[in-house]
Amino acid sequence: MKKQWLFSGLLMSFLLFLGGCEPLAVFDPKGPQAALLKDVIMISIWTMLGVVVVVFAMLIYMLVKYRSSKTPADYKPPIIEGNKWVEGLCVGIPVLIIVFLSIVSVQSTYEAESVPEGYKDQEPMVIYASSSNWKWHFSYPEQDIETLNYLYLPKDRPIEFRLYSFDAISSFWIPQLGGQKYAMTGMLTKLNVAASEEGEIWGRNSNFSGEGFAEQTFNVNVVSQQEFDEWVTEVHNTAEPLDEETFNELLEPGHLGQKTFTGTHLSFNPAPEEHTEHQGEEHEDMNEEEMDH
Amino acid sequence: MEFFEQFAVPNPTPTIYLSMVAIGLTLIAVLAGISYFKKWGYLWREWLTTVDHKRIGIMYLISALLMLFRGGVDALMMRAQTSRAGNELLSSAEYNEIFTTHGVVMIFFMAMAFITALMNFVVPLQIGARDVAYPRLNALSFWLYFMGAMLFNLSFVIGGSPSSGWTSYFPLAGNELSPHIGTNYYMIALQIAGLGTLITGINFIVTIFKMRAPGMKLMKMPLFTWTALITNLLITFAFPVLTVALAMGTMDRLFGTHFFTMDNGGMAMLWANFFWVWGHPEVYILVLPAFGIYSEVISTFSGRNLYGYTSMVVSIVVISTLAFLVWVHHFFTMGQGAFVNSIFSITTMAIAIPTGVKIFNWLFTMWRGKIRLTVPMLYSVGFIPIFTIGGVTGVMLGIASADYQYHNTMFLVAHFHLVIIPGVVFAMLAGMTYWWPKMFGFMLNEKIGKWAFWNIAIGTCLAFFPMFIAGLDGQARRMYTYSEEAGFGIWNLLSFFGGLGLAMGFILIVFNVYYSARYATRDIGDDPWDARTLEWATRTPVPEYNFAVQPVVDSREPYWDAKHEGKTLFKDKISDIHMPNNSGMPFIMCVFFFIFGFGLVFSLWSLVIVSSVGIAVCLFLRSFEQDDGRHIHAEDVQETERKMGGDDR
Ligand code: HEM
Ligand SMILES: [Cu+2]
Repeated sequence: MKKQWLFSGLLMSFLLFLGGCEPLAVFDPKGPQAALLKDVIMISIWTMLGVVVVVFAMLIYMLVKYRSSKTPADYKPPIIEGNKWVEGLCVGIPVLIIVFLSIVSVQSTYEAESVPEGYKDQEPMVIYASSSNWKWHFSYPEQDIETLNYLYLPKDRPIEFRLYSFDAISSFWIPQLGGQKYAMTGMLTKLNVAASEEGEIWGRNSNFSGEGFAEQTFNVNVVSQQEFDEWVTEVHNTAEPLDEETFNELLEPGHLGQKTFTGTHLSFNPAPEEHTEHQGEEHEDMNEEEMDH
Repeated sequence: MEFFEQFAVPNPTPTIYLSMVAIGLTLIAVLAGISYFKKWGYLWREWLTTVDHKRIGIMYLISALLMLFRGGVDALMMRAQTSRAGNELLSSAEYNEIFTTHGVVMIFFMAMAFITALMNFVVPLQIGARDVAYPRLNALSFWLYFMGAMLFNLSFVIGGSPSSGWTSYFPLAGNELSPHIGTNYYMIALQIAGLGTLITGINFIVTIFKMRAPGMKLMKMPLFTWTALITNLLITFAFPVLTVALAMGTMDRLFGTHFFTMDNGGMAMLWANFFWVWGHPEVYILVLPAFGIYSEVISTFSGRNLYGYTSMVVSIVVISTLAFLVWVHHFFTMGQGAFVNSIFSITTMAIAIPTGVKIFNWLFTMWRGKIRLTVPMLYSVGFIPIFTIGGVTGVMLGIASADYQYHNTMFLVAHFHLVIIPGVVFAMLAGMTYWWPKMFGFMLNEKIGKWAFWNIAIGTCLAFFPMFIAGLDGQARRMYTYSEEAGFGIWNLLSFFGGLGLAMGFILIVFNVYYSARYATRDIGDDPWDARTLEWATRTPVPEYNFAVQPVVDSREPYWDAKHEGKTLFKDKISDIHMPNNSGMPFIMCVFFFIFGFGLVFSLWSLVIVSSVGIAVCLFLRSFEQDDGRHIHAEDVQETERKMGGDDR
């Protein structure tokens, strides 16, 4: 029967994607946050697979058993209004599943938003990642370095990305390190990740932002702390300083490839403040002060 | 010359010029054809001025199918462009316009029109009414929708289409980043069509509350009517949010306000919130009527009453309430923190519970039934597995932390297509096939219909399952191209083949309409499917007055009980029937709305002023018009009944 062929097709493609030859980016984590999300995804896939199997089995049973060609010609289907217990089960079991997944969701969401487990004793390294059509500007205030469209990250060090945008809403995403987060104008968002394996991986803007969106990608080089320090020294020895004029040219829409500078744009073009409940009040105070002047 | 330059499309290609020529020629051919066959009078009297809910339903249906083709061609072009790495069929600018118009056309002008088509045709019949509560407003709704749709489609050849996605997020959609007029079309066309939708919402709420046949208590209403009621309540609560957001967006673009701009205190996140406060209820506006159709179809073709009627009704109501409490799941990644995300994660997943209840109730409706796998039933049976996969992936997306990985990827695209296609398109095709005989007096060919079904069902799976994998491998949505090394090629190629399957299915449906119109027998009786609800108790095709005598109801399946327990539905004698008069006013007023919209898009203020005056005059004239309707005399009704059914009631 075509239907069964269809279902086995479904199952095949599902298995294919679980056991694909090369691991899919999301299932090939290179850091604790991505690993956490992979586990959550796997838990949800297995739970949901259970639901799918039950529904498919019931559907096939009904279709096979109660096809009109399988029932006697004079068979008159009964009137059945419903049954308290059956309907109770149809509510109760899904409720249990959702309660279980809710616990998983809440726990993992808190974890994904904070400094990764096992890295909490270290001070996170701060990197500002700001997007402008269609590039990423990475500012390392600690190292006093700015790069365009590529990152160097030391392994085993928690990293706090501070995200914002100069124009369209963009989404900063390195799938093998962790989930994505929006970069927007006028406010700062934060993303905590860490890398536990050396190597070269990719990141991108995943939120549509206009004509050059598809190519708004960047490289991420995860290296040992020692190599990272060497890279910093090298940049300071070789790269040009970033001044306001150069930076404004960089902001023009387009693609520019990778670039390296000493100094960061934060000195002359500071990042927006973090958005907190508190900020609104401060703002008002400031306005009052300004009016006094 | 300068004046005309603004109407040029910004990225003209041979395709666009060709379509312009094609559209021009088709238009001339249609107009010439109508003149040649002297059909202007017929068109005007029978269609453009009609207030009959059945004809309005049919006009919605035709428009929805036309829009399905427009959106479908968009989809094929997108899938063709991405079918292999580095393909150069379309430029980025073209691709962006196409996915934007695809989304807008499919949601607003195809899906919304399709559900409105079936609600219009079926709801008054199911509740035993002669029309909707406000027939003339109903015509106004249709023409507003129609003119909105036409205005939006005009963007393809005049001035250029919007290109910031169907979600049209600011600041991308604002003047700062999209100085081109394309987005004006989005804001204004949706405003006009949305007004029509809102009017429909109010109209149907009143219709269902006030015009049910005697004896039809709320808890005796057919499920489709229930879902129509709740959908229209959702429309009435959700659409004003869109109206306000679109008005603010329009003001930002045309009058330099700063609601959503990047500087001067604009707040782009506000648009995202507004959009989804409307947008999530919108997906349930689309899917609830579909649930209603499946309830009718599965019950009819299992030969059984619907299992768990009460829990079905309760679950619709719960879904509609929860639908307003989940919008944040569309931007878990906007940085509102773990606490807010946790709450919305839980409300989101909770929607799966009432949805699950419905799935199980449909399965139990088939239990101990006598299942006839007709075309409408095939769509319903195909809906269950595919929608389940779409639904469980929805739950996966609802886990906030995991969504950080799925958001904005092809995984999300796979999810919503796998709920919307079985949940809306399958349902509409099922409903269309099911009620077709009531609309047109003949049935669609079952064999061609089944071929179409298999093409569409397999096409859907093939087109969208690979996207889950591409998404998990990191393919973001809305990318017009990707590199060879990315490794997405194979999944996108499969998906393109799936798209071709879908296209084949839709071509078969068109062929089926032609074939059946030509060859199908007209001798099908009033109840060709052996159905259970009131709409089958009248003639086929339905006469303009719907029921010669108002039916009286005392159960949930009045027609079934009349057939099997000998209850009488029609107790009164035939008497004169009061009907509303046709009116050209809605059509004329909406032509002014079209001009008004066009003027706003290009900031042609003289057009805007002239058409506003036109609209105002129409409103004024309507307010002082005396129209008491007309009567169809009892003898005429008897005559019609005799001709159509033979027996005399
Ligand atoms: C079981 C119930 C469902 C759940 C839990 C669910 C969950 C979600 C979530 C969490 C998202 C946002 C994902 C993201 O942006 O990262 C989403 C997107 C979406 N869902 Fe569902 N969903 C469900 C059912 C439906 C249904 C029935 C429809 C339509 C008929 C639908 C249509 C959509 C659409 C259109 C989008 C995204 C649109 C866009 O971003 O362009 N969903 N869903
Ligand atoms: Cu939603």
